[in-house]
Amino acid sequence: MKKTYLLGAAALLASTSIASADGVLNIYNWGNYTSPELIEQFTADTGIEVTITDFDSNDTALARVRQGGHGFDIVVPTHSFVQTWINEGLLMPLDPEIVTDRGNIAPQWVDVAFDPGREYTVPWQWGTTGIIVNTSIYDGDINTADIILNPPAELDGRVNVIPEMSDVMAIAVYAAGGDDVCTDDMEIWRAVRDSLMAAKPHWLALDYGTLDSYVAGDIAAGVYWNGSSMRARIQNPDLAYGYPATGYPVWMDNAAVLADAENVENAMIFINYILQPEHAAMLSNFARYANGITGSDAFMDPAMGEAPEIVIPDEFIAAGRFSSACPQEIQDIRTQIWTGLLQ
Amino acid sequence: MDRDKHGWKWLLSAPALLVLIAAASGPLVIVGVYSFLSPGTMGGVSWVFSTEAWLRVFMARDIFDPEVLSWNAAHLTIFWRSIWLSLQTTLICAALGFPTAWFIATRPPSSRTLWLFLITIPFWTNLLIRTFAIQELIRNSGTINSLLLWAGLIDQPIQMLFTDFAVLLGMAYVFLPLMVLPLFAAMDKLDFRLVEAGYDLYASRLQVLWHVIIPMVKPGFIAGSILVFIPAIGAYVTPRILGGGRTMMMGNLIGLQFGQGQNWPLGAALSMLLLIIVVGALVFYLRVVNREEDTRRG
Amino acid sequence: MARSFSVKRLPGFGAIALLTFAMLYLPIVILVVYSFNAGSSQSNWEGLSLRWYQAALSNEQVQEVSIRSLWLAATASGVATVLATLAALGTTRVSRFPGQTMIYALINQPLMVPEIVTGIALLIFVAFLKVNTGYAGMGYMVAAHTAFCIPFAYLPIRARLETLDSTLETAASDLYANPVQAFRHITLPLMVPGIIAGFMLGFVISLDTVVITEFVKSAGQETLPTYMLGQLRRVVTPEMNAIATLFLALSILIVTAFFLITRKRG
Repeated sequence: MKKTYLLGAAALLASTSIASADGVLNIYNWGNYTSPELIEQFTADTGIEVTITDFDSNDTALARVRQGGHGFDIVVPTHSFVQTWINEGLLMPLDPEIVTDRGNIAPQWVDVAFDPGREYTVPWQWGTTGIIVNTSIYDGDINTADIILNPPAELDGRVNVIPEMSDVMAIAVYAAGGDDVCTDDMEIWRAVRDSLMAAKPHWLALDYGTLDSYVAGDIAAGVYWNGSSMRARIQNPDLAYGYPATGYPVWMDNAAVLADAENVENAMIFINYILQPEHAAMLSNFARYANGITGSDAFMDPAMGEAPEIVIPDEFIAAGRFSSACPQEIQDIRTQIWTGLLQ
Repeated sequence: MDRDKHGWKWLLSAPALLVLIAAASGPLVIVGVYSFLSPGTMGGVSWVFSTEAWLRVFMARDIFDPEVLSWNAAHLTIFWRSIWLSLQTTLICAALGFPTAWFIATRPPSSRTLWLFLITIPFWTNLLIRTFAIQELIRNSGTINSLLLWAGLIDQPIQMLFTDFAVLLGMAYVFLPLMVLPLFAAMDKLDFRLVEAGYDLYASRLQVLWHVIIPMVKPGFIAGSILVFIPAIGAYVTPRILGGGRTMMMGNLIGLQFGQGQNWPLGAALSMLLLIIVVGALVFYLRVVNREEDTRRG
Repeated sequence: MARSFSVKRLPGFGAIALLTFAMLYLPIVILVVYSFNAGSSQSNWEGLSLRWYQAALSNEQVQEVSIRSLWLAATASGVATVLATLAALGTTRVSRFPGQTMIYALINQPLMVPEIVTGIALLIFVAFLKVNTGYAGMGYMVAAHTAFCIPFAYLPIRARLETLDSTLETAASDLYANPVQAFRHITLPLMVPGIIAGFMLGFVISLDTVVITEFVKSAGQETLPTYMLGQLRRVVTPEMNAIATLFLALSILIVTAFFLITRKRG
């Protein structure tokens, strides 16, 4: 017993995970976001063993990789962080010899502002941050930011807002008439601050909000992600997902190869692998978000193909906006408003 | 001369100190340095000296007119709330932990260890999972409300989740063993002849408790209070999940700066301030305790 | 029958203690019950099923991170307990000496800043070492967890030592026991409850240490808490309850084994 423990200890201590071996790939991704079936099949197809390590936020991932000595090959940052990753030389341009199928990327996701022409990244999953409402409690218009910023009487004290500063700020900026989340128009920020401060007494919580609380009706409305909203609606048909007409955030997580990756070839092989429609569909079926790869619909769970949470209704497409990362001065203003809100 | 006499004491502490300096206190110097730098792009620092972070700990620049400075009411409110909550948590843990530790310490030796293990077994489950279980217990359609509704004791669910009550409950839960175990360690070898002597002198139970038992287990109280109070100030998960994140604690504020706020120097300065407050309080506290002991012995 | 007067009895204490135990175990009961839920919800009971255990037991990542967490907790709190015991002997029941307060403050330092601060500091320092030494193994994690566990192990041991009567040791040396013998046969056995308390605290603290791990870990060094942290934004299924229940079962198994062993010796 003691001997086994010591041997195990020695093995664990000695294993330098930076060591690169032939069939190995290290992925650094959001928790519970990588389809195990996809990984299984990838290993079966290529013989490459995959290790997945989780991060809990874009900030953690960026901080960790910046410092070096991480041993990761692939990372999956959100669009607003991609520019920083590229500018700081943390990503490696995709190898056109191996990543041959970038043509599979749906046309609207190719020339994106954060990576024009997709030189460094490919789509992983994309979605929207909107509003979930229990229509048995409130049956008025749900496609408005007023649900959060000026809750109707039925929802007073029963609203939950996700504790994501940038998403909440974006919805408030759009509602105040701004169209850039990093606007330097101080009047917009004044309006944002005032509307949030006035709205907060009507909120129940700023929580990630478990699916169960929405399903059970403990929370009557909230800012929520589209994929989670779909799961909640399947369990309770009274729940509906609204797209604020003044504007709502669209986001996309993107896979990229790290500049100091040890297993570059394997990483490139993986990137090209997830560009295949059937593989991209596996990602979606697991994580419940859309993937941005042409032709993947055919392999997707039919429930997703019709879901109003996943397929944005035509009249609301224009209101969806990609947020960008803000310069430090603007970021400071946002943090100050946020701190004041939660003081 | 003096050094020789004390050398062995240092030697015994040396291995622990080495690990602490290498893997905890030493790297903290980096945070100290960072508090005097400028924020980098999306987190991190740029190596430009600045005292702005320290200024901003206490003072707020008006958002709309950066030249106007005023006291940072938001930060001060958050500091105060954290300290107050930690104090309440410590008191609750002491109120529940003292009888519990006493109960364990007065069991027959054969079953004592069993009770002791019973205190720690719930903590083998992950903090997040445990917190979610508490959430399930107290939410509106959760176990407690359902039972009360079913029994006809209430006709509307009681809002317990996302209240101060929920935060205190969760904090007491998380920190309880940190109070019970040191108290037990101090009580276990208690000399009951002294307690008996107290009763022989016709002292009431309360008098014996106050004048005999509590002074004897004081070291356990001190250890327990430190273990509860100090980490409670920086508590992060419990206020966020059970309190519903409507208000921030010191830990959340610091976490915000290193995370979504992307202002590492401000986060570093806030951390240093917290460190200074706690070290100051601890040193002051130890001085008082030592002085008391000296007067008693002297 | 008249109840005999017991000096150990304090009215109401037993009730409060049992209430405390009830409070500690109520959420645990909920968690165990829902781990057997047939549905995928943590709140709607849909019948008895073992599906989440099947899921947990066939999830290789979960097994891997659980074993890593247990190994790390045992190693870190074991080392921390040894170091803390030595430090407690050097700083307790001794005449005051220069620097004593400093040692005390240093030992308790990890408690004094939120985990995120130690996490950031270690992120920068450890990454520097990883880049410059080429070694990126679990050693850093063991060191970081050990440092974090030391105060939790030290304080109960110290509290125990402080309440020990030194007359026994004096008696031992009167009987010509050398200091090592006196320590081995008198002091150490008396310290055992404090040492056990310290080790157990260190162990559960290491099992919950999440932020430090999040910043120190390299590829493939996921632990159970960081794995769970990653799930926070996603849907939490009863699979997590099943894992938690398995950990409980393991802890009960270890406690039982401990008992059988000590009883045999006794």
